[in-house]
Amino acid sequence: MRASRPKVAIAAVAVAALAVAGCAESNREEGSSGSSKDTLVFGVAGDAKVLDPTMASDGESLRVARQMFETLVRPEEGGTKVSPGLAESWTPDAAGTTWTFKLRSGVKFHDGTDFNADAVCVNFNRWFNAKGLMQSPDVTAYWQDIMGGFAANEDDTLPPSLFKSCTATDPTTVDLAFTRVSSKIPAALMLPSFSIHSPKALQDYDASNVSGSADDIKYPAYATGHPTGTGPFKFKSWDVPNKTLTLERNEDYWGDKAKLKSLIFKTISDENARKQALRSGDIQGYDLVGPADVEPLKNEGFNLLTRPAFNILYLAINQKGNPKLADLKVRQALAHAINRQALVDSKLPPGAQVAVNFFPDTVEGWNGDVTKYDYDVEKAKALLAEAGASDLTLRFHYPTEVTRPYMPNPKDLFELVSADLQAAGIKIEAIPLKWSPDYLNATTSGNKHDIHFLGWTGDYGDGYNFIGTFFDRQKDEWGFNNPALFEKFKQADSTADQAAKVALYKELNADIMNFLPGVPISHAPPAIVFGKDVTGVKASPLTDERFSSAEFKS
Amino acid sequence: MFRFIVRRLLQLIPTLFGLSILLFIWLRRLPGGPETAILGERGTPEMRAAIRHNLGLDEPVLVQYGRFVRRMIRLDLGTSISTKREVTTEFLQRFPGTVELTITAMVIAIGIGIPLGYLAARRRGRLLDHMSVGGSLIGICIPVFFLAYILKAIFSENLGWFPSSGRQDPTLGATRITNFFVLDGLMTREWDAAADALWHLILPGIALASIPLAIIVRITRASVLEVLNEDFVRTAEAKGLTENVVRRRHVLRNSLLPVVTSIGLLTGGLLSGAVLTETVFAFSGIGAFVAEAISQRDYPVLMGFIMIIAVVYVLVNLIVDLSYSLIDPRVRVR
Repeated sequence: MRASRPKVAIAAVAVAALAVAGCAESNREEGSSGSSKDTLVFGVAGDAKVLDPTMASDGESLRVARQMFETLVRPEEGGTKVSPGLAESWTPDAAGTTWTFKLRSGVKFHDGTDFNADAVCVNFNRWFNAKGLMQSPDVTAYWQDIMGGFAANEDDTLPPSLFKSCTATDPTTVDLAFTRVSSKIPAALMLPSFSIHSPKALQDYDASNVSGSADDIKYPAYATGHPTGTGPFKFKSWDVPNKTLTLERNEDYWGDKAKLKSLIFKTISDENARKQALRSGDIQGYDLVGPADVEPLKNEGFNLLTRPAFNILYLAINQKGNPKLADLKVRQALAHAINRQALVDSKLPPGAQVAVNFFPDTVEGWNGDVTKYDYDVEKAKALLAEAGASDLTLRFHYPTEVTRPYMPNPKDLFELVSADLQAAGIKIEAIPLKWSPDYLNATTSGNKHDIHFLGWTGDYGDGYNFIGTFFDRQKDEWGFNNPALFEKFKQADSTADQAAKVALYKELNADIMNFLPGVPISHAPPAIVFGKDVTGVKASPLTDERFSSAEFKS
Repeated sequence: MFRFIVRRLLQLIPTLFGLSILLFIWLRRLPGGPETAILGERGTPEMRAAIRHNLGLDEPVLVQYGRFVRRMIRLDLGTSISTKREVTTEFLQRFPGTVELTITAMVIAIGIGIPLGYLAARRRGRLLDHMSVGGSLIGICIPVFFLAYILKAIFSENLGWFPSSGRQDPTLGATRITNFFVLDGLMTREWDAAADALWHLILPGIALASIPLAIIVRITRASVLEVLNEDFVRTAEAKGLTENVVRRRHVLRNSLLPVVTSIGLLTGGLLSGAVLTETVFAFSGIGAFVAEAISQRDYPVLMGFIMIIAVVYVLVNLIVDLSYSLIDPRVRVR
């Protein structure tokens, strides 16, 4: 009898299944299966891009790096102040250009080699002597942002390097010399990009060999699979097809060892999906909590942490866009027309504040004694009339399909602010654009933009990282030229004495609020959430949460 | 048949060539470029220009296209601008997920769709018919992401029966061989890993199956109704064949041709990635990755993925054409 087709098909599948079964080796470790109370799966919004923080500029890569690596100085836990990391203390010389770091002793890298002054110099020299594609701006973005250029710049547009040399005077003492005094030192050395790697691993895995061609860059093996630092967690595996990255406890850590045995970062790009994954128990925590979810999650008993706000949302005014905007009175009118308190109360998460300066009061140099622009529609109208700009029409750009830590819901914010401006008699031409790349292009280059929303999350706890980034030179975003202001920025940047520098930041904040290049709107505290039984993590304004102290309540 | 297959594969060459030109022009006409996506708020005009220069984007489009073609001839699709991994690697890491999801969805859609469509036709005008026709209308109308959220809310959040995200429980530490997780689990005898991967496919599979299921029900029903009225069915019944034989050999088989065509098209469509389902279930496939690549202006990924997807689509349709001859002996491919 002929077997029927379905039977043949079933038999074929069964044979195929038997044939493949066991045809490959399992490389699973014994006892690795089955989650228990020593593994934390944390939901993140995007995949890390690279494991070597030297080459990273995206937040997800940096988050992973912070668990595996350490820097000479690091932010105090839960704050922004510079505190000891791999260095126990540090002092500048009289000129402020050479900094001496006293290093911790007894620290070992994950590969068992010793951390010492020589290792520090190997790292700084690796960055400083970068060649070829390592000088590409999308490979060493933060080095270039902080230090400018390299020992031998291969591109004429690169500025000279701020870093000069590294000298190991003894195993626990290292001198870092710089070409000039800069406001960025030592705070910028807290950035994960300045993490100290094992010199042996750097060499073994060819860490500086970025290959390919400029339009076809390939990372070296070190950056994709062998990161070796001194941190409380070490790298275990990166499962790209499953969108997860696994770290395990460093049993030889010099400080308090991690309480978790493994830490897994799992990418869930959709905000609602992250929330559902937390509720269903797939993950035990996640970042970038939607403002609307903050209260409900808290009420359900989840461990919701609010980070101190370390960001700014502003309304930028482009003085080259509409010539009327070059008139201070018109800019003042815009500031008076916007009801910032109502915006903060209705559209931002609990704990958000109206901004008085272009940086939050957690940063030294914040100045409460500046010109303030209270909500006053009549005053706005009067100022517009005085400036002969009663029939003003402004092109108002706002981004779509995006959530930024400082701007959870751009469209809602736009509607509120544009209604305020219209109430003052200003006509608004709405220009919604997709955040990346259209919006960012349109608002930071050319002069087709009049007003727009943008903001910033600080990299490290220094005021220059905020106001210097915005206003220390002529930029298409703002379209103004104010040599006196630029000069004062230069002065602040080259002041080594912390107190004198802070005094200059205060002056700058006052000057900026008089000149009013834009309207600072708000500082919003982003939230991060953990499972009901997870404790020990402290929220950090710099998103520098340390998972080594996380543990499950029994 | 061999000549038929060769001819169809040769047709791929001009198709891919034309597609690559269209894609290249389209991508370069999109406003903005990868440099803005890379730099975000932190970009200055100088930095953006430097990155454009490094990526060769400041060269004439023809030069850029020439470089692309030279690479493509060597089967080198370049590296992703954002992840710096080879496009081929990226594809091989993500496509298996899409294939697993597609197979799950199509098994559900076909397994339920054909019997349901057939029964609806046999009981035309009765309750089951109305329910399946109405149900399939809902299946088409309901947005997939909405269905996905509902499924997750019920079966993951409340009942806790299924996982809500990903392809496999990361704490299992499963071995990767082919990146087809179920297959890998079988190959390495990590049975728990295979079962877990299968478990992760159920909810996204159902969500993704909703539209193909509805289409298959409707096409099967219409096709069966048409065949039921054919003379040969009446003849078969008149000559005394049992109802079972008439149904299986004469009605169902003859009504399957249009169904198979639509299954081929639907499968090809699903294999090109399901952006919404993948995003909502954090399922690592090619759909969500391509969507991300568009916003990042990751040109090599977009070019590479779309070209490979085109090849896959052509291959699936080739298989469908070949399968006609199995179902209907009158059809012979030449």
